Amino acid sequence: MSTQIENLTFEAALQELETIITQLESGEHTLEESLALFERGQKLAAWCSQQLEQATLRIEQLTADGEIVQLS
Amino acid sequence: MGFLDLLPEADSDTWSVSELTAYIRELFEMDFRLQDVAVSGEVSNYTHARSGHLYFTLKDSQAQLKCVMWRNAVARQQYLPQDGDAVVVHGRISVYDAGGVYQLYADRIIPAGRGNLAVAFEQLKQRLAAEGLFDAAHKKSLPVFPRKIGIVTSPDAAALRDILNVLRRRYPLVSVLIAPTLVQGDEAPPQIVRALQWLDGRDDVDTIIVARGGGSMEDLWAFNDERVARAIFAARHPVISGVGHETDFTIADFVADVRAPTPSAAAELAVPDVGELRPLLVARQSQLVTSIQEIVARKQDTLHNLQRALGHLNPANRLNNYRQYLDNLVVRLEKAIHSQLTQAHSRLALAAKTLHAVSPQATLARGYAIVRDENGRIVRTIHAVQPGDKLQIQVQDGRIPTIVTHNGGNTDVHPN
Repeated sequence: MSTQIENLTFEAALQELETIITQLESGEHTLEESLALFERGQKLAAWCSQQLEQATLRIEQLTADGEIVQLS
Repeated sequence: MGFLDLLPEADSDTWSVSELTAYIRELFEMDFRLQDVAVSGEVSNYTHARSGHLYFTLKDSQAQLKCVMWRNAVARQQYLPQDGDAVVVHGRISVYDAGGVYQLYADRIIPAGRGNLAVAFEQLKQRLAAEGLFDAAHKKSLPVFPRKIGIVTSPDAAALRDILNVLRRRYPLVSVLIAPTLVQGDEAPPQIVRALQWLDGRDDVDTIIVARGGGSMEDLWAFNDERVARAIFAARHPVISGVGHETDFTIADFVADVRAPTPSAAAELAVPDVGELRPLLVARQSQLVTSIQEIVARKQDTLHNLQRALGHLNPANRLNNYRQYLDNLVVRLEKAIHSQLTQAHSRLALAAKTLHAVSPQATLARGYAIVRDENGRIVRTIHAVQPGDKLQIQVQDGRIPTIVTHNGGNTDVHPN
């Protein structure tokens, strides 16, 4: 089965969404497949918007000791 | 005994001047450190010969060094010194046999003074350009959706805050990894190189920003360092330079994959804008809905067609069909029967006619008769009867019973 949507990056989710649209537009799938694709597409789109709305910049910094610390 | 007699014979222990000079030259040339030296000093006795070669003496308070720069090396020099200039001369040490002197064969003369920064900048720029470090062919393209941006800059400077603010506003989906460095002073270039190489070595980083806020040309000088330029050139990840203000150009800018006029601009170039992504996403969503609606509509059409087709296969419809077929059969049957009857009638009439034509009736009507014995057998000869036999004589309109009296030549027939 496809990757858990929550594990996808924004880019990967957007790309898969675009692939699904192309697949649906080709009309080469059964209704069940199409509906499954549509459902996944909806979830991907929702995930993308959620990421856009909720993302907060993650900042790390290399310390003098060669460690990476989280700043935010 | 003369003085000359005290010297050894002219044998293998005696050198000619040329031999000794050649030997000394070889000593110089075998020392790799002398073959790649940079010497700082002040220029004097500067002569630019008609031949194009350059001759001068480099000196400090205690010593002097003869220098020569051949015409082809001179041609690569953007900067030409004057007497009194403080310079750094790069080249190799060797011996000029004919003059009996060792000298520095220069391939590069760099002005040492800060006042000559612009000149040194131009020289380095020319040289690196000639080497192809600025060629568009080497420029890497930036990822559209970077995941982690490495930032080489001073951690406390406004430049970093500007970058982070832009990233937060435009594309907070990205992660940032800061490799702090000095961005000014002699220590800055090696630190910048180290930070850049460290970030570039990481697989989770996909874009690198090298940044510094505005300042004087001296302040920005670390970004005109050849080591920094080469590190940027060697990086496998795309590097964006954002150094100084819009009007400042550094060597780092020329060699970077993308030059941004300021640190903020570097951040803007590094990431897409969620403000533009939102409408894109909305468009994709409506495309998704449209395409599924079309699919459903198409499947519904197909379904209707199938339902219509299925209707023809319905048993009730089939029964009706059979009924009609049966009716047809009955009609055909009746037609067939009718025509057969008609045919039979006409055949019958024909047969009757034929029968009539061959029947003895017509002959009887003409006066002939048929004689039969008691068994109904037709009598054709007198020998077939005995006197006393009862015979039937058939004539046109009936039968006459008779008895044979005798069977002579004459027939005597009595009605009984």
